[in-house]
Amino acid sequence: MAKQSNEAFFWVLFSAGGVVAALLIPVQLFLFGVAFPLGWLGAPSYESLMALVSLPLVRLYLFVLCSLSLFHWAHRFRYTLYDGLRVKHLNEVIFSLCYGGAVVGTAVAAYLLWTIA
Amino acid sequence: MAVAKPETISAGTRYTDFHPRWYRRRVSVYWWLGQRQYLKFILRELSSVFVALFVVETLFQLAALKSGPQAYADFQSFLESPFVIVLNIIAFLFVVFHAITWFNLAPSAMPVRLGGKRVPDFLVAAPSYVMWVAISVFVGWMVTR
Repeated sequence: MAKQSNEAFFWVLFSAGGVVAALLIPVQLFLFGVAFPLGWLGAPSYESLMALVSLPLVRLYLFVLCSLSLFHWAHRFRYTLYDGLRVKHLNEVIFSLCYGGAVVGTAVAAYLLWTIA
Repeated sequence: MAVAKPETISAGTRYTDFHPRWYRRRVSVYWWLGQRQYLKFILRELSSVFVALFVVETLFQLAALKSGPQAYADFQSFLESPFVIVLNIIAFLFVVFHAITWFNLAPSAMPVRLGGKRVPDFLVAAPSYVMWVAISVFVGWMVTR
């Protein structure tokens, strides 16, 4: 389990991720997950998405969105498991899996965005 | 005063010399099903799973883009399968729920005072909603233009 002094650090990541996720994920999920697949809106072509992703600012945006959202998930899901399932004895395993997942996801995002264009 | 022997209290309870055992009521794994507020809390917390799901989808989308037009077309047809569409609609509802509960929490977390009076909660939350709409329109315009 993390030391008490680390809790504030993880909480800042959690709340920054909460803001980013609240402002940005609904619109992106609606477009790419619902509106484009159902044909409500014309999906952007491969070329136009590549043009978008080649902009450094867009890649930075996607990196921050992916990373902070994952740290938001890690914090919240950790406590959901603690409280919801009442599995206090698994605290350390859950902690490692949640934050480990967030770190791996951040690394994958960094690699993909660095090499994509 | 007579002291009851441990066996007469509970056969299964062990005592140590150093610390008494606390009595703690056992709480069911399904404690959050009983009340609307608890259910709302757990659904709000579970929205984080769909936040993570969105990130995973985005990473797969980036990987497909990186691999080329054919891989991206395959990814698009994956997103068009009914199961994935239903999953994404559920995920969308959860992230909207997250957004609304998050914005409405701000006035409680950071009460704003003007001239000694507390600004009404909806006025503190309002800028978040304005920003949400503006950013959504901007992202939509960037992607579809």
